[in-house]
Amino acid sequence: MASSASDTELTILDPASPRLGWRQRVSEKRLPWLPMGALLLLAVCAAFAHWLAPHDPTSLNVINSKLAPFESREHPLGTDVLGRDMLSRLIYGARTTAQISVIALALGAVIGTVVGLVSGYWGGWADALLMRITDAALGFPTILLALVVVVIMEPGPVAIILAVLLTVWARFARMIRGDVLTVKGYDFVTLARITGVRAPVILWRHIFPNVANTLMVITSLMVGQIILLEAALSFLGLGLSPGAPAWGIMVAEGQEVILDVWWLSLFPGMAITVVVLAFNFFGDWLRDYLDPKLRRAR
Amino acid sequence: MWQFVAIRVIQGAFTLLVISVLVFLATRLTGDPALVLLPPEASGKADYERMRRQLGLDKPLSEQYFIFLRGAVQGDFGLSIRDRRPTRDLLLERLPATLQLAAAGMALAIVIGVPLGILSAVKRDSILDKGGKLFAVLGMAAPQFWVAIMLILLFGAILKVLPTYGRDGPENFILPSFVLAWSIMAGIMRLGRSSMLEVLDSDYVRFARIKGLKDGMVVWKHALRNALIPILTFSGISLAGLLNGAIVVEQVFAWPGLGRLMLEGVLQRNFPVVQAAVMASAFFYILTALVVDILYVYADPRIRY
Repeated sequence: MASSASDTELTILDPASPRLGWRQRVSEKRLPWLPMGALLLLAVCAAFAHWLAPHDPTSLNVINSKLAPFESREHPLGTDVLGRDMLSRLIYGARTTAQISVIALALGAVIGTVVGLVSGYWGGWADALLMRITDAALGFPTILLALVVVVIMEPGPVAIILAVLLTVWARFARMIRGDVLTVKGYDFVTLARITGVRAPVILWRHIFPNVANTLMVITSLMVGQIILLEAALSFLGLGLSPGAPAWGIMVAEGQEVILDVWWLSLFPGMAITVVVLAFNFFGDWLRDYLDPKLRRAR
Repeated sequence: MWQFVAIRVIQGAFTLLVISVLVFLATRLTGDPALVLLPPEASGKADYERMRRQLGLDKPLSEQYFIFLRGAVQGDFGLSIRDRRPTRDLLLERLPATLQLAAAGMALAIVIGVPLGILSAVKRDSILDKGGKLFAVLGMAAPQFWVAIMLILLFGAILKVLPTYGRDGPENFILPSFVLAWSIMAGIMRLGRSSMLEVLDSDYVRFARIKGLKDGMVVWKHALRNALIPILTFSGISLAGLLNGAIVVEQVFAWPGLGRLMLEGVLQRNFPVVQAAVMASAFFYILTALVVDILYVYADPRIRY
């Protein structure tokens, strides 16, 4: 079977064909080595920033300010207006990005999954109410929502996480609910209900494992959007304090001096783009691999 | 049809009402507006009480809300804290700039995205298809604020061919509307390509070909109309993204629009301005979503509400 790169062709496995082993199936869909490498790099930078970074990302050094990339061995990617080492700031920026996205994503996935499970399984007025709230959250422009959050709270990491969370959970809830509606109709669920298994047990033991694939796929496809949103909020000055090593803030710091010190905005922006690209490619691959039926939905 | 429109209008009004409660409560939760508004030289309880009375803060909360709502319906959200001008004037001043930019961005996304998507499908796996795919993938991954700054660097500073701030003439629209449009354009291209491929594979397109119609005729007349429906849906969804983008793009290009007004309001904790701008953009968002829903009927005669 020739596997094509097009988004539209559905890969339908012939049920009569001998089942392929995991390795063969993976190799047939071509593992996305490049995106996975980029993500691994991100993870390593985030986890070991304090060992990898050659300098303190916040220590000022006015004598060595505005060093161009490759100008000095000491600062391979140059320094910013205040003489802070670009490479170190980029590495610590990976940590900031990872922390905020992981927390927002995890909370969003948990809340969204619970809402989706409850809404899909019980139906009725709870479903109607929850889905109207979901609609409202989905329909409202994310940055607008974030602005309202930041007005209520003070700008800071908690405000950013909350703002991201408020838009993320609804996407999970909507997709999971759809899957629950399908799984609910299967015989093993009906059987469990007839034999008197309590609803929470049915949800956890019988329904959840069957929506876990969808959950993984949405998660991987959401990461890119979350990173972009977090970066935009940081850029607008709604997030962490100025000077903090976050990619969005670094781009903003470079904006004022772009004609003079072009590398300040260039590198962090490239970092965001590469990470989001990697997550998007990886998410696409995961979707094709786990769930061919979702392929057409996009 | 009219029943559907009526239901959607009521739903929209309800959503706006919910947002108005949120926006109203948002200012009460952040602390006492009287304290924020009190000039630094004011002292003593008497000044404070007078300020509270003047702002109507001594009334019960529910009554305050209805006063707020009555003003909101008329576009009146009180005076801007910063320059003591009516927020309505500020809104009316800034609104056209954002509407123009959003319209230009959407038009650009459609005018470039639709033909590119369709050509990618028709000339599948060609260089155009591959290049288009790269362009689309990048458009979805690159942060708008960064693209904007890089374009300013390239076209404004190095090549010196395009203005990078303000809105004096048509050439001012080029960079901001492209930045605003790129990710939506990318979505339209990918969607246009995949739905076109699907339609080209359908029986009625095959039939049209068998009939001996020319390729161009088949693609642009028979297939395009059906491929357009998902694009229309996507454009409707993208409106939220357009508003998001407007906040970022206006900030970078110093575009005197609603998004910038909102952001300034938040950073200066100028609540009346934020309230007014949030309500206005929510209103426009809901209105356009409604218009898109009604447009479906014209794009797809099979849809009946």
